[in-house]
Amino acid sequence: MTRYILQRILYAIPIAFGVSVVCFSLVYLAPGDPLQTILPPDATAETIEIVKKAYGFDKPLPIQFAIWLSKVVTGDFGMSIATRRPVFDEIVMAVGNTGMLVVFAIPLAFSIGFSMGLLAGCFPGKVVDRSVTGIAVFGVSLPNYWLAIVMVIVFAVELSWLPATGMGPKGSDAFSVWRWSDARFLVLPVITLSMIPIGIIARTTRAAIAETRNQDFVQTLRAKGLGEMAVIRHVVKNALPGVLAVMGLQFGYLLGGSILVETVFTWPGSGFLLSKAIVNRDVPVLQGTILVLAVAFVTINLVVDLLQSLIDPRIRRG
Amino acid sequence: MTTPEPLAEVRDLHVRFVGRENTVHAVNGVSFTVNPGKVLCILGESGSGKSVTLRALMRLLPVQAKIEGTVRAAGRDVLALRGKALRDLRGGEVSMIFQEPMTALDPVYTIGQQIGETVRRHTGCDRAKAWARALELLELVRIPSAERRLDAYPHELSGGLRQRAMIAMALSCDPRLLLADEPTTALDATVQIQVLILLRKIQRELGMGMIFVTHDLGVAAEIADTVAVMYAGRIVESGPVGRILAAPLHPYTAGLLASTVHGQPRDRDIDAIPGSPPDMRRLPRGCAFAPRCSRRREGCLATVPPEHYPEPGRMAACIAIEKHAEDTLLVHG
Ligand SMILES: Nc1ncnc2c1ncn2[C@@H]1O[C@H](COP(=O)(O)OP(=O)(O)OP(=O)(O)O)[C@@H](O)[C@H]1O
Ligand SMILES: [Mg+2]
Repeated sequence: MTRYILQRILYAIPIAFGVSVVCFSLVYLAPGDPLQTILPPDATAETIEIVKKAYGFDKPLPIQFAIWLSKVVTGDFGMSIATRRPVFDEIVMAVGNTGMLVVFAIPLAFSIGFSMGLLAGCFPGKVVDRSVTGIAVFGVSLPNYWLAIVMVIVFAVELSWLPATGMGPKGSDAFSVWRWSDARFLVLPVITLSMIPIGIIARTTRAAIAETRNQDFVQTLRAKGLGEMAVIRHVVKNALPGVLAVMGLQFGYLLGGSILVETVFTWPGSGFLLSKAIVNRDVPVLQGTILVLAVAFVTINLVVDLLQSLIDPRIRRG
Repeated sequence: MTTPEPLAEVRDLHVRFVGRENTVHAVNGVSFTVNPGKVLCILGESGSGKSVTLRALMRLLPVQAKIEGTVRAAGRDVLALRGKALRDLRGGEVSMIFQEPMTALDPVYTIGQQIGETVRRHTGCDRAKAWARALELLELVRIPSAERRLDAYPHELSGGLRQRAMIAMALSCDPRLLLADEPTTALDATVQIQVLILLRKIQRELGMGMIFVTHDLGVAAEIADTVAVMYAGRIVESGPVGRILAAPLHPYTAGLLASTVHGQPRDRDIDAIPGSPPDMRRLPRGCAFAPRCSRRREGCLATVPPEHYPEPGRMAACIAIEKHAEDTLLVHG
């Protein structure tokens, strides 16, 4: 088992390296010249040279990459071209804000989605199954920016129960989830963001449970005299690795932030930051954010892998 | 002499699978009894309803299965049992061994956990006791280095060991009746013999009754006291194993025997009888075997052939029997 864990961690390193190469290349893959945004249109050749030197664009690519990577691992992602603030601070703030939504959306989505799927999978073809499938399809196919707007109209404008947008009067820096006056701002975006994962997890769970319940060993469990609850426990353990894989993916997607949802709720999260960076051609911010998110994604997958192998011993051999 | 109460008693069992488009008549009036310490072998080709009959004894059939008739096992009216009483019977007094040891065990629990769970379910003892019992059981079924095997997952064992573990699990609560659904079919020939010998030995030692399903006559000869031959959901012939193998009465049994006993390859036994089994959704009105039968005569297709009892303990359902029985019994008798 320890060997397997080490092996998986070692596999993750080249993946992370590959990701960083891609992120670095973004500067050159993106059309246009990043310098254009910082330089005035009438900049002289001399000024261009100076700025190029300052940003290190004059060195050969592999050297640029090595310098960039050695800084990145210490948390130095350079300066944002648009705000002149350290990219690191921008990312910490944005990913932190999105993370705050995710911390609530994930348990909500996982528990509701999983319970719905479990119920449906235990009674395939029955009314519960059909209602769950209906709700799941609804959740997945609703455009979430539309849902966001409807939520704002209903709960903020019409009923005035909850605030519509933003992170409270003091903004992102003073935000505390422990104060209801701040935490109420989380409610609508969290619910909106949970919809798609609820649908996807419900469907995956339903399929995995229904399929597992048809396996031969379930009959053996019944033949042993186990009650329905004990049988379900076995079924869930068998179905869990497949569900975990999907949960991991959903976790990753949520962490990336939804540009549309964060825009509707003016929530300064990672989606917001990315969209701003794209508009401003702010390549350092783009690079840094994508790299952080990609590494988070790789880490989540690693954790999922390890959890799966803890549950299902057959995975450890592969 | 008083006859002991039979361990298993099935009377006129019917099982239908009612589907949206059609109904499968899997079992159509099966009767048999098994006494304590005896082994009944149910023989028959694929689809003849052997597994369904066996599962009916534990009510291990899906909800769309409609069961009629009388099923008594270990002194209980199985079809009347509900909830916990039924679960106490399953794995307690009656247990089952399945054909595929690979898929019949839960892949994500160790052998020890799975046996221990059964023990705890029926005796309510603590984990340590259940573990000790599991170890004892693995030793009973002769699994080498049993202690280590308790921590093994099913995929880490060979087919033969897995089936032994399955047997150990079935034996965990000293059942009075053991149901074995082709327990050796999925195993290699040499392993098959070992498992068979083990099963017979344990059955005798523990004095259990056993119903053993197989389509291998050789296996039946090895293990059975009595044999029941099934065709299209009915028992077409039954009786003591020696008599049936020596002098089969029903043309179907004769066909099965002719192909195996006289040195033909085992895997061809079904081909020896021309034609194929009937569609269980649309059974013929009369004898289901008639279309394939070499001794078919007028009247075979008119009604289901009545049961004949040509000698004590023997039954054959064929209208050609009376005449034929005399001949055969004269020759072999
Ligand atoms: N759940 C079910 N739904 C519908 N039909 C079923 C079901 N289970 C079994 N049957 C049908 O019942 C009939 C008897 O099946 P059964 O499994 O008892 O055969 P068998 O004699 O055990 O054959 P084999 O030697 O292949 O195991 C078959 O025609 C089968 O298709
Ligand atoms: Mg079968």
